Amino acid sequence: MSARVSVEPSGRGTVVEPLIFDKSRPGHRAAAIEAPGVETATAAELLAGAALRQRPPAIPELAEPEVVRHYTRLSHMNHAVDLGFYPLGSCTMKYNPKINDELAALPGFTWLHPYQAEADVQGILELMWELEQALLAVTGMCRASLQPAAGAHGELVGILMIRAYHRDHGGAERDTIIVPDSAHGTNLATAKMAGYRVVELPSSKRGLVDLGTLAEALSERTAAVMLTNPNTLGLFEDDILEITRLAHEAGALVYYDGANLNAIMGKARPGDMGMDVVHMNLHKTFSTPHGGGGPGAGPVAVCARLEPYLPTPLVERRDAPGADADGPAGAGFHLVGDHPSSIGRVRGFYGNVGVLVRAYAYMMRLGGNGLLRASEDAVLNANYLRVRLHDTYDVPFDRMCMHEFVASASRQKHTTGVTARDIAKRLLDFGMHSPTVYFPLNVPEAIMIEPTETESRDTLDSFVDAMLRIDRESREDAAIVLEAPHVTPVRRPDETLAAREPVLRWKPAAESPEIS
Amino acid sequence: MSYLPHTDADRAAMLQVIGVDSVDDLFTTIPADLRTCVLDMAPGIPESELAPKVTALANANRTYGSRSFLGAGCYQIYVPAAVRALTARSEFATSYTPYQAEVSQGTLQHIFEFQTAICELTALEVANASMYDGPSALAEGAFLAARQTRRDRIVISAAVHPEAADVLRTYSSGPGLTVDDAAIDPVTGRTLPPALEELDGAAALVVQQPNFFGVVEDLAPLAEAAHAAGALLVVSQSLLAAGVLSPPGEEGADVAVGDVQPIGNPPQFGGPSAGFLACRDRFIRQLPGRLVGQTLDSDGRVCFTLTLQAREQHIRREKATSNICSNQALAALAATIHLALLGPVGLRELGEVCVTRAHSLYDRLTGMAGFEPAFGGTFFHEFALRVTGGAEPFAARMRRLGVDPGVPLGRFRPEWSDLLLVAVTEANSPTDLLAYLDAAHEVMGPRTTPGEGGRR
Repeated sequence: MSARVSVEPSGRGTVVEPLIFDKSRPGHRAAAIEAPGVETATAAELLAGAALRQRPPAIPELAEPEVVRHYTRLSHMNHAVDLGFYPLGSCTMKYNPKINDELAALPGFTWLHPYQAEADVQGILELMWELEQALLAVTGMCRASLQPAAGAHGELVGILMIRAYHRDHGGAERDTIIVPDSAHGTNLATAKMAGYRVVELPSSKRGLVDLGTLAEALSERTAAVMLTNPNTLGLFEDDILEITRLAHEAGALVYYDGANLNAIMGKARPGDMGMDVVHMNLHKTFSTPHGGGGPGAGPVAVCARLEPYLPTPLVERRDAPGADADGPAGAGFHLVGDHPSSIGRVRGFYGNVGVLVRAYAYMMRLGGNGLLRASEDAVLNANYLRVRLHDTYDVPFDRMCMHEFVASASRQKHTTGVTARDIAKRLLDFGMHSPTVYFPLNVPEAIMIEPTETESRDTLDSFVDAMLRIDRESREDAAIVLEAPHVTPVRRPDETLAAREPVLRWKPAAESPEIS
Repeated sequence: MSYLPHTDADRAAMLQVIGVDSVDDLFTTIPADLRTCVLDMAPGIPESELAPKVTALANANRTYGSRSFLGAGCYQIYVPAAVRALTARSEFATSYTPYQAEVSQGTLQHIFEFQTAICELTALEVANASMYDGPSALAEGAFLAARQTRRDRIVISAAVHPEAADVLRTYSSGPGLTVDDAAIDPVTGRTLPPALEELDGAAALVVQQPNFFGVVEDLAPLAEAAHAAGALLVVSQSLLAAGVLSPPGEEGADVAVGDVQPIGNPPQFGGPSAGFLACRDRFIRQLPGRLVGQTLDSDGRVCFTLTLQAREQHIRREKATSNICSNQALAALAATIHLALLGPVGLRELGEVCVTRAHSLYDRLTGMAGFEPAFGGTFFHEFALRVTGGAEPFAARMRRLGVDPGVPLGRFRPEWSDLLLVAVTEANSPTDLLAYLDAAHEVMGPRTTPGEGGRR
């Protein structure tokens, strides 16, 4: 391991907040473990014959105040939705209501064990069942599994179900999945992980799926078409009914990536579009906090013909008055795993239940009318920003967008050398997170902007002001943009160094002594 | 609407800037045929109605507190208040994936600390930023082995958690990997080191430590068997045992996976927690998921950034090592903080108190009529008993007495319907152990003879 970066004073780099490992001092400790209080031999004696740890792990030794200060200081080095604007395209960084966290932390949820008897967990099963009904109402599908832990996990479930369906319906030779060139990277990686070949479809001049190109690509080898609608350019596929018809005629199924569901709640349903499988990102559309990268939740909803393939167990409601409430035949809510065609499980237990509770609370709080209004304001905010920025920044597909749109820094790059990355970095100086940049891949110097519905007009205007100012700076004083950010906790990291000489963990100065 | 700032006047002014008359005009790109949908949901309710509604659902569940002895991959361990207070900070909770390193140092640094802690606990060289959970990490660990060895067969011990084995089978159905079982010794409950021909063409031998039945595996001969066949040893490891048992990396494992629960994360009906995946340095290009690396910023300050992203879906698309994007960062943070509060001594003591209390209960229970140990091998803090009259009838009667006595294993395999898997942790006090025994006496009868247990 190279000594080039060291958090010790001897090293080259200066330190903003030392690693918790460097703060460790022998003998310091926080959590006390109570004495066993039972009369047995010692643990080492009870485990005689087993290989025991010879050297303690070098995890930190600290008192509680030291731990609390360290992580509080680290928290100060993050941008977050609660601190400021977060227009990260494709990520739907809307406000996360506090009541949802409070309800998810109720002991009746947090200390519930997944293998308790069904009779003892009727409350959480009812919540999960009702959440499923609400998600089906939004998507127009038949049945859903709440098991997937994230969007990409839901994608894997969806594509594995499609594989199983074709296997059972004489389509085992179907080995290809079609995705548009604007697709999320997860779509392609999922297809590959599920054992498929990927064919990328070039977008039309309008930024949409071209029906002719699609028809040519479809064949008896096509297992599925994966679509995001509105797509990653923020554009609604207006030929969607024709797209799903063509795919179905070719014997393929259609997968709906729900990353952009926030645009259409109460306006259009994937089920009505002809979609066979849909995944939702509860950490996007349904406001659960993203936690610095997770946990999320990626429920998958299906049409009737894919229902037998859903992961198990599923929550079912049964009305059988008089039956034994303890038994699986009793009235109430049940976890049912008896689905012989199911693809099986994709994780342990039933899903990220703590996330499901938050999403349920959000959906009940807003109701049908509130979800509709959320989508309307999300689309209003995106179009407002698009119109306010399109004279200064190129917008390659400059027409009515949905909840997000993709601008481009091509003009700035050609005239001043300032790139989308530089603009993103300069925005950080204004206390705003940057939009998603360099995605989708079919727009050069892409700047993908998704304001969400929870931002006020003042916030949107401040963002416009910042974007206009950065454009001006690019022309008048490009260095300030090229060297940005200036006022963040650290400045641009040396990515090349990080990749060339990877330092992926802290290392103790010397091996710790053996346990005596 | 409390989460939406706009007034109707704001909306009107904004529509004017856009140059349309109404909100409906914003949605005209959606075909008219589709726009007729109705969102069939009840109207929204105020927070003051929502709170009691959801609280009622929480209260409709029954928890047994410290009288719960359920485990099987999900355990009750006290979570210090500092863990909740710090992970609830909205700077951590309401941030996204740390793609913009300059304003994500908090997240990046705590992930780097997590990676370090996992390396220390597994005794392996590199760990990623987290996976969804233990079982999906196990499947990804097996896939890593398949890529690394260019083989397409996985052999998994019959003493790995059945749900984890199911997840591996589901994942394997995509690329068409073969999954076969390795047998266990019916007397000890330990995985038998497979013969060379049993591992023919195998990418990995996958075992769990301690195994599903709570028995401590002897990893070294398993590693030897795997390596002799050119396979990797993948160990699914419990962090509760990590301060006490020899870490997988020192016993010859090439990959270690697992779930951070119960460290810092309460059961929550099974999620969220976080999976972890660690491996040898030489497999790093095959590692799935995010990795945080240390580097310098343009002012020469030590900082952290996502690195080696050429393995990941957003860069490599269909050539990525996995499709994983979102992981379980906040749950991993909870584990990192809890580990820092425990320290090496606390982690060892935590494991030891689980062991001694579990053995105390085991000794007393197996002295009673109606309970036979299912296996003779050394166990850690969880053990399987053969219960006369069946595990579920016994458990149902115990629950009526306020004790949830263990997981009846018939839910996993009908042939296991006599087996009860009992987990004891630091959350179960000596008084709770006595309550268990009292209730068991009441249910089974103090003088029942074998064959009559369960009837009074």
